[in-house]
Amino acid sequence: MAKITYIEHNGAEHVVDVKNGLSVMEGAVKNNIPGIDADCGGACACATCHVYVKEEWLAKTGERSAMEESMLDFAEGVEDNSRLSCQIKVTDELDGLIVTMPESQH
Amino acid sequence: MSDAAHVVIIGAGHAGGTAAALLRQYGHGGPITLVGTEPIAPYQRPPLSKAWLKGEADADSLALKPVEFYAENDIDFRPSVTATALNRGAKTVTLSDGSSLAYDILILATGARAIALPIPGMDLKGVLFLRTAADAEALKATIGPGKTLAVVGGGYIGLEVAASGRALGAEVFVVEREQRLLARVACETLSTFFKAYHEKHGVRFELGATVTGFEGEGGHITGVRLDDGRVLACDAAVVGVGAVPNDELAKDAGLECARGVVVDLDARSVTDPSVFAIGDVAHRPMPIYDRMFRMESVPNALEQAKQAASAITGRPRPAGECPWQWSDQYDLKLQIAGYAFDVDEVLVRGDPANGKFAVFHLKGDQIQAVEAINSPPEFMMGKNLILSRKPVDKAKLADPTVSMKEVAAVSAPS
Repeated sequence: MAKITYIEHNGAEHVVDVKNGLSVMEGAVKNNIPGIDADCGGACACATCHVYVKEEWLAKTGERSAMEESMLDFAEGVEDNSRLSCQIKVTDELDGLIVTMPESQH
Repeated sequence: MSDAAHVVIIGAGHAGGTAAALLRQYGHGGPITLVGTEPIAPYQRPPLSKAWLKGEADADSLALKPVEFYAENDIDFRPSVTATALNRGAKTVTLSDGSSLAYDILILATGARAIALPIPGMDLKGVLFLRTAADAEALKATIGPGKTLAVVGGGYIGLEVAASGRALGAEVFVVEREQRLLARVACETLSTFFKAYHEKHGVRFELGATVTGFEGEGGHITGVRLDDGRVLACDAAVVGVGAVPNDELAKDAGLECARGVVVDLDARSVTDPSVFAIGDVAHRPMPIYDRMFRMESVPNALEQAKQAASAITGRPRPAGECPWQWSDQYDLKLQIAGYAFDVDEVLVRGDPANGKFAVFHLKGDQIQAVEAINSPPEFMMGKNLILSRKPVDKAKLADPTVSMKEVAAVSAPS
């Protein structure tokens, strides 16, 4: 279980508990948090679950996979700390994680 | 529209479930009732033929929202009930449990159903469809090592089931009426590629063959009879030969239908402003192709749920979209953007022999559709170019050493 803070582009914060094994994307979708569309349901096929991971959490959230890397390459507003949240699995290690969302998902 | 309006959603699939959640997310304050035929809350169907079938996903991860979500968000979710009649004059829906629901706004999200074959043996045990979680459960219980699975229909569902069947150790053969796989939905290059890839993984194919009946013993399927007289033994058969929209409720109520409920850009019925139709059951405009059609895909269900929820809550209409879909088979990720309408040229970028290529469908120098195998850049950039209608330099597009970013950047002047 990890407490995760999702911050919308407009600054609205949502703090929720997410079960281990779910992805950071699923944590948002299952709690009806706006700003993470996740059109493909986590198949790494659409890049509509793009988030920015707070710097101090980058090491714990791991590396981008090759597929994720190439999907992100064409998303809008990509930064060094961009991730596809469907590719980050929740563990106890991620308790306290903070992610922010881009202006829009495409 | 009044904030206190009672929105009744008929159909609790991906479209209906998403519409209910979005209405709340967008601030709709009135009552929401979500009526579903299945006994469980809205869930994702795509994994049923893939991750779920292979045991890599459970019921919790399939669910769109946790079961307590509906009560917590004041959404009256009614499972195991089907709408049987719509009275637009009185604004009521009659349900299969004999009760009736009054609505201010109605969203039809009744989906589509798998087509049954008009042949003997359809009712045998082990002759299955793959539409619902219950279907998938039945299928999962029958395939495994030492079992033989027959797949009737070489479309996406059939091929995904074939791949999952092999992953579970079953013998698999596919019977397809046409001379090639994916005949209605993909180009020939893709058909040839998928056939070879599946054969490499041990799937057998009977192309240009029609199933004339299912053979059985003791009420259970034992084989598939083909039009050339052969009977191929199997332990189960999955019939994946297409779907038809569940638009009878709408038709009977006098709503204009054309293989689906005809709607406008807000997903609103062209006949009745109080009624919306979304997802597989909607026959909808697609401005980038200047025509109307019906789509069966999750992105389409989500997009239309957004359109309807936006219109109901007075938000601006979502930006124009490029329709897309995906399929996972073995280690292949197929991503398709757009539809190959009015195409005069087909261009292959990359080499199918490497398992990484994209097929672009062009009308003049505009991309109409792209089918990308393990090629996310081609899919992502192709999707953007389809939507922007920006002309492309075909020589650069055909050259895989020129990056997709450069292809997009040097698009011919418009």
